[in-house]
Amino acid sequence: MKKLLSLSLAAALAVSATACGNSDTGSTGADNTDAPAAESGTEAEGTEAEAPAEGAADGSVFKIGAIGPTTGAASAYGTAVMNAAKIAVDEINAAGGINGYQVEFNPQDDEHDQEKSVNAYNTLKDWGMQLLLGTVTSAPCIAVEAEAQADNMFLLTPSGSAVDCISGDNAFRVCFADPDQGTASAQYIGENGLAEKVAVIYDSSDVYSSGIYDTFVAEAANQPFEVVASEAFTADSKTDFSVQLQKAKDSGADLVFLPFYYNEAALVFTQAAGMNFAPKWFGVDGMDGILSGVENFDTSLAEGVMLLTPFSSDAEDELTKNFVAKYGEQNNGETPNQFAADAYDGVYIMKAALEQAGCTPDMSASDICDALKTAMTEITVDGLTGSGMTWSAEGEPSKSPKAVVIDSGVYVGM
Amino acid sequence: MSFLSYLINGISLGSVYAIIALGYTMVYGIAKMLNFAHGDVIMVGGYVALTMMLNLNVNPFIAILVAIVVCTVLGICIETIAYRPLLGAASPLAVLITAIGVSYFLQNAVLLIFGSNPKSFQSVVTFGNLNLAGGALVVSDEAVVTILTCVVIMVALTLFINKTKAGQAMQAVSEDKGAARLMGINVNGTIALTFAIGSGLAAVAGILLLSSYPSLTPYTGSMPGIKAFVAAVFGGIGSIPGALIGGILLGVIEILGRAYISSQLADAIVFAVLIVVLLVKPTGLLGKTVQEKV
Repeated sequence: MKKLLSLSLAAALAVSATACGNSDTGSTGADNTDAPAAESGTEAEGTEAEAPAEGAADGSVFKIGAIGPTTGAASAYGTAVMNAAKIAVDEINAAGGINGYQVEFNPQDDEHDQEKSVNAYNTLKDWGMQLLLGTVTSAPCIAVEAEAQADNMFLLTPSGSAVDCISGDNAFRVCFADPDQGTASAQYIGENGLAEKVAVIYDSSDVYSSGIYDTFVAEAANQPFEVVASEAFTADSKTDFSVQLQKAKDSGADLVFLPFYYNEAALVFTQAAGMNFAPKWFGVDGMDGILSGVENFDTSLAEGVMLLTPFSSDAEDELTKNFVAKYGEQNNGETPNQFAADAYDGVYIMKAALEQAGCTPDMSASDICDALKTAMTEITVDGLTGSGMTWSAEGEPSKSPKAVVIDSGVYVGM
Repeated sequence: MSFLSYLINGISLGSVYAIIALGYTMVYGIAKMLNFAHGDVIMVGGYVALTMMLNLNVNPFIAILVAIVVCTVLGICIETIAYRPLLGAASPLAVLITAIGVSYFLQNAVLLIFGSNPKSFQSVVTFGNLNLAGGALVVSDEAVVTILTCVVIMVALTLFINKTKAGQAMQAVSEDKGAARLMGINVNGTIALTFAIGSGLAAVAGILLLSSYPSLTPYTGSMPGIKAFVAAVFGGIGSIPGALIGGILLGVIEILGRAYISSQLADAIVFAVLIVVLLVKPTGLLGKTVQEKV
């Protein structure tokens, strides 16, 4: 008997949680993660009736949720995004909010883990999230996007660059997609005659890196250079690059393409110096941060590295200067990386779209999402990561990557 | 020439695994427990050494000594606070779970203090690369020092175990704890000494590892820790020469596998070899044949 009682209590609890989620987000019945519990126990009906009260208490502020790894191995990215988004939200609130309404911001940690990311998403829905900034990293983003698509929740990922991160029409992104980066890099190397023999080292366990690698190699076939070595590494073996570098060296490559993040790149440069291997290096946006992201890294090793990036923290425009100064002030003098810039832009993009659509906080998440689907394709945003950014209905931004080269420790446009 | 280069890199990487594996194997031999926090002691050693060198500007050798002392004390503290009360517990699982808990505690404590941004480690070896065979074979100075250090540690440890009273006590405790206690050996003290030595070695391993692969994050220790655990099992857990052989073989297989079979399958190859070895010889390479367990 006791058992039965606790079971039905549990069912009631589960259903009330679901109900809160439903009423807050205005989901159209697609919210079914807790559905099995809903069928058991008649107490459920009673609790459901109380739920809307909680949702109605809000409605005076826009609730923006954010998900990203603020702890764990990828925490450098999540932390940057949360810090920068916070700055943007504070600025917007200080300047009178969006359409006259203040913005509430709720960052959640997902440790770069799919399951935790979906849990964080559900937590945010319970909180009453209306717009999602996230997730930061690609793999969790794909998982969360599946949920958000079912809920018709507006999703804007600052840095989820894998193709599937924005598979639904509810999802948009701030950064470039992986395929674009691979193709653009290959074209840039080919058109500028940077090399004849190119070696590629990539992280085969990471969707970001292997995505760029695939399109780079495909585009390389049309370019006047030859890919002489393709060497992979995985998340479990990303400290020792001696073999990959030795092979690149043996293949006679005069340029090595490195489509991965600066953490590993710093190791690659150090180890290449240890074996007297000095080709030209070419990176993608993940390389951004090499100058400041790795503490105590001997940046002279990165001298001459070329990369495509949407953002450089030493750009001279007012917007960038302001942002870099504010970011440093609030975060012990750290220099923001492109993730931070993407996130900062992301919040302002939401603002622009919400204003374009004339949304108010009392609208349900689903209604806001429907309104923004159109608004996103109509707005033009000048941000840190590009001026005159526009979006296609598929969610891809249109902006052109900038090629920069590291010269005397700073980025110089090419 | 590239083969030689791969081989030297493999032995160098394997030497680090071997030094870490010593910590696993000694603790297992004596306390019959797996200290999964061992990998994170490496990371703590790295942070201590780096902080000394960067922020306090001390000589690298003093930094290494301080790191060893801090890790030794840390090892004793972990043993006394987290493991000793549980060593007599009914289930050996309790202490295993505690070890995992300590591992996460260390990672998150360091994350809190130093933040998540990777730090580039300053190599403690600075006499320059060796150019052999007219520049065709470049051997990094770190690799040379790592291999030499590993050999020195192995010899010293073997002498310590066989020639000193404390070493004899360790052997006795690993053979039979109860009997050792009856013979007047301080069993708890011996276990603490084992943790102290293992953790001190972890500091050395950490500094060597980071000198070759200079990226320090709060999670730096976990993967080498797991690989070294594999090396210890591979060589026969509880056996000191086993740790050496297991570690070096693991390093060489990993590097050569990556070079000649597939750079993506390097880890799969390592573990496949482990499975085959364990199928043929369940106690590991030197598991049963060597009597002197520690």
